Amino acid sequence: MKFKVKKVDRSEGLKEALYIPGIAVGLKHTMRHFFRNIIGKKDVVTIQYPEEERPISQRWRGRHRLTRRDDGFLKCVACYMCETVCPAKCIHIEAGEHPDFSVEKYPVSFDIDELRCVFCGLCVEACPKQAIRMDTGVIGMAYHSRESFNFTRDLLRDAYTPNEKTKYTDADLPKPPDQQSALPNSRGIPAL
Amino acid sequence: MQLVLEFLALPFVQDVLKILFILLLFAMPLGTFMTLMERKWSAAVQDRIGPNRANIGSYRGRGLLHIAADALKSIFKEDLIPKGADKFLYTIAPFFSFMSAVAVFAIIPIAGPIGDFKFQVTDVQPGLLFIFAITSLGVYGAVLAGASSNSKFALFGGTRASAQMISYEVFLGLSLMGLFMVYGSTQVSIIVEGQGEHWFGLIPKWGVFTQPLGFVVFFTALIAETKRAPFDAPEGESEIVAGYFVEYSGMRWSSFMLAEYIAIVGVAALITTLFFGGYQVPWLYHWESAPQWLVTLLQFSKFTSFTLILCWFQIQIRWTVPKFRFDQTMALGWKKLLPVALLNTVVTAIIIVALA
Repeated sequence: MKFKVKKVDRSEGLKEALYIPGIAVGLKHTMRHFFRNIIGKKDVVTIQYPEEERPISQRWRGRHRLTRRDDGFLKCVACYMCETVCPAKCIHIEAGEHPDFSVEKYPVSFDIDELRCVFCGLCVEACPKQAIRMDTGVIGMAYHSRESFNFTRDLLRDAYTPNEKTKYTDADLPKPPDQQSALPNSRGIPAL
Repeated sequence: MQLVLEFLALPFVQDVLKILFILLLFAMPLGTFMTLMERKWSAAVQDRIGPNRANIGSYRGRGLLHIAADALKSIFKEDLIPKGADKFLYTIAPFFSFMSAVAVFAIIPIAGPIGDFKFQVTDVQPGLLFIFAITSLGVYGAVLAGASSNSKFALFGGTRASAQMISYEVFLGLSLMGLFMVYGSTQVSIIVEGQGEHWFGLIPKWGVFTQPLGFVVFFTALIAETKRAPFDAPEGESEIVAGYFVEYSGMRWSSFMLAEYIAIVGVAALITTLFFGGYQVPWLYHWESAPQWLVTLLQFSKFTSFTLILCWFQIQIRWTVPKFRFDQTMALGWKKLLPVALLNTVVTAIIIVALA
């Protein structure tokens, strides 16, 4: 059996043997970059991270937030869709009965363990009420203790608002019905 | 007052002052400056920004504070001596590297003489033979570090360094033979004086014009002596980590690194002296009425700027040329540089005899 072998000519010509033409060609390139970056137009693509941030796309899945209705209540109706669909099992919801009949249920607690979260965005897709979103655009989450990564309902609701339209302060909230203050609450969180 | 002047006129005091000036105000600052500039300039070559984060409060100084940060860090780092290492040799190895890097400045004139006073620590009569002796001593730094670290990588690095540096010393010496013949001496002051002349009053009689081949071989051999890319097989970052000083840490490691950067400045100063006219400012002889202080200042700034340009050029070479394999380093030396250096010597001799 005969194989066809291609022989590559690796013998050095005078130009390669002298090295100097090769070095000159290399120096031409490095010097072009050097002088362009020292004086004149910079080709540097570095983003100085803490001061500048890379522009993120609209679909970027960042830190979660819980959205509100026009009257300031949480949109969340504690239907457990997100908790069920979550592949990392990081969402923990406790439902409570809301005195307002139009609301029916609301989350007494809504905790996300950000250390377990894989930022897949399935909770956002599963939510029937547009109550949970990942549109805050927050890329970095760094804290010194594990407890800090357990985001509670109020933190998720209040910490980040992406734009002026969805921004509320506590003063903007409507006063809850009188009987609501007497509601049993497992964690002592004042109900909405 | 009289006493102070008499004290300053003592040769010994003048020598000490010259050593302090050249070492503390020229060699060391430029060397430490190069540690930062290597990183900044390589960043520019590679379209990066380079170090710029070290700060005092909000002041960053375009990364200049990294020099201070590096020094502080290496002083306070733990100083490890590996188990089974030869403590004595391990300790003195950095001194050999550092000493040989610094001693080069002893014979380099940084400005022209004023009367009897020379801006040069010592103008020894053997001149450049002293440089050859000192660079041979520099081998001991690498060899002792490699042998005493009790580490295979360090031993590899040390062996490579010894083979490479001893080989390239041959071409270091041979490449300068032509220069010695052209200027008729090995004494540095005479070589620099000779480079002050001009051909037809136009072209300065610099070494790079009289000895272009010698310049290329000498420059190559000196880069190999400093063990920098493309001849960094002894350090061989990608294969033997850091070569002969892989086990070093803290200030000992820093003195190896600082020695390397001072050696860069030393190489640049030496090449400026031998091939770019040293302190000789070209065409200055037209201006005979120039005041002495201005001439000295011009000479010093010419010498310093050429030194800086050559430092930059060495760093540019490092970031341009890929590393030679170890056998390629040896082949380049013995098969190419040696014949070229010999040819240069012979041709120079023939030309000198023919012109005489």
